[in-house]
Amino acid sequence: MTIPNISFGPFDLVAVAPYVALGLMLATVLLAVPVLTWFERVTLGLIHDRLGPNRVGPRGLLQPIADGIKLFFKEDILPSNVDRRIFYLAPAISMMPPLVAAALIPLGDFRVDMGGGQTRPLTLVAADINVGILWVLGLASLQVYGLILGGWSSNNKYSLLGALRSSAQAISYELALSLGVLMAVLMSHSMSLVQIVQSQTGGIMHWNILGLFPFGLVAAGVYAIAAVAETNRAPFDLPEAESELVAGYQTEYSSMKFAIFFMSEYAAVVIGSCVAVVLWLGGWDPIHPVLGFIPGPLWFAGKVLLLIFAFVWVRSTLPRFRYDQLMRFGWMRLLPVALVALMLAAAMSAYRTDPSAGSRIPPKPEKPKPLMGGTQSL
Amino acid sequence: MRPGVLIFWLLAVPMVACALLVITSRNPLRSALFLVAHMLLLAGMFLSLSAQYVAAVQVVVYAGAIMVLFVFVIMLLNLGGAQKMDAAGLGWALGIAMSLGLAALFVGTGVWKSGLHAGKATAKTLAQGGTAQAVGFALFDPELPWLFPFEVASIVLLMAAVGAIVLAKRKL
Repeated sequence: MTIPNISFGPFDLVAVAPYVALGLMLATVLLAVPVLTWFERVTLGLIHDRLGPNRVGPRGLLQPIADGIKLFFKEDILPSNVDRRIFYLAPAISMMPPLVAAALIPLGDFRVDMGGGQTRPLTLVAADINVGILWVLGLASLQVYGLILGGWSSNNKYSLLGALRSSAQAISYELALSLGVLMAVLMSHSMSLVQIVQSQTGGIMHWNILGLFPFGLVAAGVYAIAAVAETNRAPFDLPEAESELVAGYQTEYSSMKFAIFFMSEYAAVVIGSCVAVVLWLGGWDPIHPVLGFIPGPLWFAGKVLLLIFAFVWVRSTLPRFRYDQLMRFGWMRLLPVALVALMLAAAMSAYRTDPSAGSRIPPKPEKPKPLMGGTQSL
Repeated sequence: MRPGVLIFWLLAVPMVACALLVITSRNPLRSALFLVAHMLLLAGMFLSLSAQYVAAVQVVVYAGAIMVLFVFVIMLLNLGGAQKMDAAGLGWALGIAMSLGLAALFVGTGVWKSGLHAGKATAKTLAQGGTAQAVGFALFDPELPWLFPFEVASIVLLMAAVGAIVLAKRKL
């Protein structure tokens, strides 16, 4: 899609694009809580055949604002004998990774008309880094510290049990998550989120979910299950299982500190959905090139909303796992399936790559002698 | 001060402080947390050396996976909180002597080897050297034939560890 180059004083569109992308993603992540709590309640109401929120405002639309005001004015209770510094730090730690990951999500691809019949490509992304997807995985693994520290510092046995569960769960499902991501990297020949999306251009048949059929589907399924487990949402919400642990790791948290934990969960859902769209559903790519007149960011937003709906759908229909079932499923079903699928997909990819036709893998770069040392320096 | 030097000091000073706090904290969980902070700063240090891949792996593997496991075990074993750790005078002296010796070794090697590649590294080769592709090419480079078997050996070791657990624990 070609757009004219607009100037803003000394800056033009190309210069401000990263900041626009960052602003859009940060706004989405931070505003996700009010919008998504409302969305979740309405959807749960539909699925449970209930009315859903309908008291505050039309269709309950003002309910999130009422909740926000309520949380803001609640008393902030500090239990006795807590490790105060870590207790205060924990919600912030759990909020940090989704906000950082927001900078990596690419939202769209344009061609900017530079005048004089010249165009240049412009990707709407704040930071396109070479190892983007690894960085996202690293941030996902850092998020669990918020839960662990919150539970540990609360000086409460239920909190501690919730923290223990969340750390064990995060370690177990991270492996499957990484293997799923690895299969997308295998298909797209890149770890940069922008290049992963660009490799899927051309409609639904080119998306990674249908790539290396059927392994793309298997990998996307593994990723989806592990992503739900990583965000600690039902049916994997054992760290806060209310029927056993009161509220798990967040039992002792009140007021805005509780609200930040709540926000970080929804932020993680949004980021998890964005990454899933980038990896499997072609990012901003329209479902068929014919529909290319609709701007890419709208396609991206639509797909992300679809996945968030899936998160709510799963929550409303599946019962919570028992703890031993969770561990057994993660280590003895999900991980072997992902490993075998990865090996078969790699074999299939190698078989399909025609050496004479050349592959999408870029040629070997100039040898960086100073970094690896080489034989003569040892 | 050049920006690179400034970034180095901004990373290095908190890094050494965190490393010292790891061994001086009385509370094991605090120690583990300072180790996490140290590893994140180390990832930043790798980034400033344009080793992007190593930086990301440092966060994923060490800060993300291994330290979560450490924290898990600490919480599981030591629910009592802070514990007083006894350190005899001889232990302190030995530890300080060993760490100073190791530091001297590293710094000495660095100084000795520093002139080796002087002037050969340009911004372009440095930027290429740290990517996942460069690491991959180095891993399968026929001129460095020991790297790939080394990685395979770690998988063999993992298989042995898993096998031992399966044999020892009949009912999983």
